[in-house]
Amino acid sequence: MSAHGEAVRAGGKAIARPTTSRRAKDLAFRMAMLVFLGLAILMLAVLLWDVASDGVDRLNLDFVTSFASIDADRAGIQAALTGTLWLMAVCAAFIIPVGVATAIYLEEYADNTKWYNRLIEVNIQNLAAVPSIVYGILGLAFLVRGPLSLGPVILAGGLTLGLLVLPVVIIAGREAIRAVPSSIREGSMALGATQWQTIWRQVLPAAIPGIATGVILALSRAIGETAPLIVVGAATFVAFNPQGLDSNFTAMPIQIFDWISRPSNELNNYLPLAAAGILLLMIVLLCMNGIAIWLRNRYEQKW
Amino acid sequence: MRKLLTFAACGAFALGVAACGDDDGNGGGGGDISGTIRIDGSSTVGPFAQAAAEEFQARNPGVKVTVGTSGTGGGFEKFCAGETDISDASRPIDEEEEVPLCEKSNVTYREVQVANDGISITTNKNLEVDCLTTEQLTELWQQGSKVKRLSQIGPKLPDTELTLFGPGTDSGTFEFFTEEINGEEGNSRKDYQPSEDDNVLVQGIEGTEGGLGYFGFSYYEQNKDNLNLVGVDAGSGCVRPSFETIASGNYKPLSRPLYMYPSEKALRKPAVKAFMDYVVQNYDSIAEASQIVPMSQQQAQKATSALGAS
Repeated sequence: MSAHGEAVRAGGKAIARPTTSRRAKDLAFRMAMLVFLGLAILMLAVLLWDVASDGVDRLNLDFVTSFASIDADRAGIQAALTGTLWLMAVCAAFIIPVGVATAIYLEEYADNTKWYNRLIEVNIQNLAAVPSIVYGILGLAFLVRGPLSLGPVILAGGLTLGLLVLPVVIIAGREAIRAVPSSIREGSMALGATQWQTIWRQVLPAAIPGIATGVILALSRAIGETAPLIVVGAATFVAFNPQGLDSNFTAMPIQIFDWISRPSNELNNYLPLAAAGILLLMIVLLCMNGIAIWLRNRYEQKW
Repeated sequence: MRKLLTFAACGAFALGVAACGDDDGNGGGGGDISGTIRIDGSSTVGPFAQAAAEEFQARNPGVKVTVGTSGTGGGFEKFCAGETDISDASRPIDEEEEVPLCEKSNVTYREVQVANDGISITTNKNLEVDCLTTEQLTELWQQGSKVKRLSQIGPKLPDTELTLFGPGTDSGTFEFFTEEINGEEGNSRKDYQPSEDDNVLVQGIEGTEGGLGYFGFSYYEQNKDNLNLVGVDAGSGCVRPSFETIASGNYKPLSRPLYMYPSEKALRKPAVKAFMDYVVQNYDSIAEASQIVPMSQQQAQKATSALGAS
């Protein structure tokens, strides 16, 4: 401000030339940003390197195709891996139709001046911030016991995770739908299409990259959740693959936690197993994020 | 839509790959029993139950056993609601709270001891303590205790400043230790470093000059070269925890029996009956595999007769 004032007093020069001190501040600020960025990346790198150096030896086909065992040398993660994949399948089957339908309703049909629509909207935003353990208790009370009484099975676990990430899908879906220009809708309507035809043939196809990204990011969050699954009643030790929706199960984060908390020594060391489990979980996660990025780049439309 | 199909196909492929090798680990054994067994409860009994489940399934490929570790209390809650077949417990079922719960839903059960557990008190290698009496332990650990150096409770004990470690208040080990040493469950000084993870306690004591703490005996067994074990004197001389002194009950008062509670209803299923019989007959090898203190022969006989009469 003072520099600007001086410039004006000096004789009407509109823009002051950067002084050395202002340049130095600019540079210092930029350097500070870089240092913080570097610090964040460095911490992540150290963590990854630490896990990788512990676990990379155990990460092989045997590890993926063996079941949990009390003998660390023979133990593998198969039941937990298939359990996690089943959970993700159930979760996706639940959140895609429900999440997309909700997003369409809120964006295309809902009248924002009505109190109940605003109430739904506020609630969805709040639900996204509810701690995951609360969803676990909800799942226990309504899915595992209570009205549905499913028992501690895949279906209950998948639906609980679905409820947990549903707000993420709805919010992402709404943003994707909102990003479709209204001229597309108006054009379609002008040609005689009904609102439903407009949504199904114009809006949804254009919004798919955004919706798919939202779904995959939601699943990426669900895959790492432990607390709600423990509450829902996932077992710690399972030595068989899930046979269907009504099967008992375990999941990768639970298996990893179990390995870390066991007493380990040189002879029977569970820690490399835990590290290998973390690596495998991260590989699955990176694959999912990779698909999200690919989908976005492949189908993104510029208007 | 095609891209969604591709994605679905990827998922199906991943499931398929992971499902390969289903037949692994079903070596030998011609058991023709089938069914499912749901076990949940104490995390101290967890490794024992897992080892038992693993061996039993290897012999009886038709049986599917799951083991959960929601803690003794959490396990009984599910058990009394009829959700599990067998409940693992590191203490007997609670007469006041849990027995009525089971009665309400008509769940009858048997109490079968399967192994033993001891709590070990350890110190840092440089803090040489041979033995502490139960009175000294009470003075050290009771609520409001101001003991900062062991020399305050025993003239011959080292004068190093202490850093205390112990399990968090949710743990069964904490409940048991406070009950036995301080006379009341939950009565404990608060200025110690708590962790639910025994491995963290081990590392803490190992790495802190003046570190002292208590945790499950199997964690001491795994780390015995790096820790100093403290004996406990309950009035009849100093006893150190070992497989022998814990199984015989000589390591007082910090040894306790570990239980499995099968429900009568579950015992009528051939799979559950066969599993419990297997556990009681092979208690020694299962305990060895899971590094838990086995039953004495006397205890094993009692367990067999508890199961026998149907």
